[in-house]
Amino acid sequence: MASYLRFENVTRRFGSFTAVDDVNIDIQQGETFSLLGPSGCGKTTLLRMAAGFDKPDAGRILLDGKDITPLPPDKRPVNTVFQSYALFPHLSVRDNIAFGPKIAKWPQDAITRGVDEMLDLIDLKAHAGKKPAQLSGGMKQRVAIARALVNKPKVLLLDEPLAALDLKLRQRLLVELDAIHDEVGITFIYVTHDQGEAMSISDRIAVMNKGTIEQVGPPAEIYEAPRSSFVAAFIGDTNFLDGRVTEAIDPRFSRCEVNGFGSIVIDNDKPVTPGDRVHLSLRPEKLLVSREQPSSSDLENAIAGKVEDVIYFGSHTRYWVRCGEWRLCAEMQHRKYQLDEQSPKWGDTVWLRWHANDGFLLEQYRAEDEGLLTLPDEDS
Amino acid sequence: MKKSRLPFATLLLVLVFFYLPIGFLVLNSFNNSRYASKWNGFSTRWYERLTERDDLVAALGNSLKIATGASLASMVLGTAAAFALRHRASKLQDAHRLLVAVPLVLPDILMGMSLLLLFISFGLKLSLFTITLAHITFCLSYVALVVQARLQDFDFNAVEAARDLGATKLQAFVKVTLPLLAPGILAGGLLAFTLSIDDYVITYFVKGPGSDTLPTLVYAMIKKSKDLPVINALSSIMLLVTFAVVAVSQRLTRPTPSSI
Repeated sequence: MASYLRFENVTRRFGSFTAVDDVNIDIQQGETFSLLGPSGCGKTTLLRMAAGFDKPDAGRILLDGKDITPLPPDKRPVNTVFQSYALFPHLSVRDNIAFGPKIAKWPQDAITRGVDEMLDLIDLKAHAGKKPAQLSGGMKQRVAIARALVNKPKVLLLDEPLAALDLKLRQRLLVELDAIHDEVGITFIYVTHDQGEAMSISDRIAVMNKGTIEQVGPPAEIYEAPRSSFVAAFIGDTNFLDGRVTEAIDPRFSRCEVNGFGSIVIDNDKPVTPGDRVHLSLRPEKLLVSREQPSSSDLENAIAGKVEDVIYFGSHTRYWVRCGEWRLCAEMQHRKYQLDEQSPKWGDTVWLRWHANDGFLLEQYRAEDEGLLTLPDEDS
Repeated sequence: MKKSRLPFATLLLVLVFFYLPIGFLVLNSFNNSRYASKWNGFSTRWYERLTERDDLVAALGNSLKIATGASLASMVLGTAAAFALRHRASKLQDAHRLLVAVPLVLPDILMGMSLLLLFISFGLKLSLFTITLAHITFCLSYVALVVQARLQDFDFNAVEAARDLGATKLQAFVKVTLPLLAPGILAGGLLAFTLSIDDYVITYFVKGPGSDTLPTLVYAMIKKSKDLPVINALSSIMLLVTFAVVAVSQRLTRPTPSSI
């Protein structure tokens, strides 16, 4: 597949700090592509370079085969939706949307038609005469989207467009944004630090960390098959286990010794040979918690532990189980009427069970990424 | 709990302190008598006499010309200075900020003297032009101060948005930056206008023969008190104008409601 927007060995430094470090990305025409990462990972810098507000120190940016790196923002066929909306406070909603077309000297009737079309799209026809100060946050953001889209950009850049809104509104606008994308078919680049947003809106996600791309892929792939401990820990929750491969069972599975656990069976997500040290990511919802010892089978792992913490969430319960030196997090969905269940309590001895397929071997592990699992969410 | 009357009493006292002399002046401008000490009945004769004084009208014209020129020029230069002062990084900027702020507190007599010396050494003929130049020097700082305050909470994202939507640097400035800053610039200009209109000390130093402004002429007239009540009438009119100007500038600088 030919790439539509391409970042080629792009590097950007601010003094001694490298904000973006030799990044290569290929974005397809019409897709919603997310740049996801914690603050300071370089995602916004990358977006600003695509918009033309910032220039790379090295590398180039190609749009539809054309090198746009030297072009100023007003000469690029891309438009931006800013986190702070950046609406023009002295202009009405209608004039805000008409700003681009007027600058581009569209004929008057084309401007009117284009603006009306956008007002329909964002469902704000009744508010066309209002000034931005008279609008709610959600309305402002919709105007910002319309003001960018009316110019029919080749790529729409969205810089944390929902970050300033409250949760319910964020969820609603996310659905709207997805609908708008389906309707206009323009390539969206969506910058966010919120993995939920990225997962629900994106065709593909690039997970960024410290100026580099950790992994690019569809949301499910990023979640189920994280390449690094950073990706595994940043997207959702997980447990990390490390052990040493002791024997190859068959081409797909190996046996692995984990300190304090004994032997477990792992899927060879990457080629391993006996003696290798491996790191396993185990998502909490993949672990089954039971009070009876499960009957063992070849590819099932079962280990005993003691419940240390229980947190009830309504739809599910989260357990922290102590297994020797490991403290594992397991999640149980309540698919039956929960009050009838004999659910494990604090101090109970339980069994954790998972299939060898349900863990994932990481290509890259850094101990510091474990911190992502224990630190509270920055914006909560 | 009973509401304290103290704040109200204080307010009343302050207002009396401020406006009693002014009220007295306005009252006297309608006094038929030449002397302020006794009330001789209501009359508008001093207002009528005012229209006959060609020298006063000419001085008023001079003052208006100078104030208009000085405030317009300082609006441009002061805005430029405020923009230059926006970046807070270097030591040079600190020096620049200091240099722009100092004329606010510099004694007028010092500015008057130094400007006079400068004009003479450059061989400039003292005239309305030199007065205007002198007024620009102190008005500029006030405009810079007001615009700087406006820039503090200015959303530069809006300028980036304009560029993003296809506007050149100049178009973004004209269509977004300027309209957003206009209230601040205008308020600074009005402040400059009022400061210029009633400046005496600096004007006295740099005015040439025959280029009297209203304040210098009024001061000269006070010495020959024959027409003192005419000045009362003139002051009352200026008071009215000043109130109007300040009211307008307050309306312009009022923060816009952020959301409803």
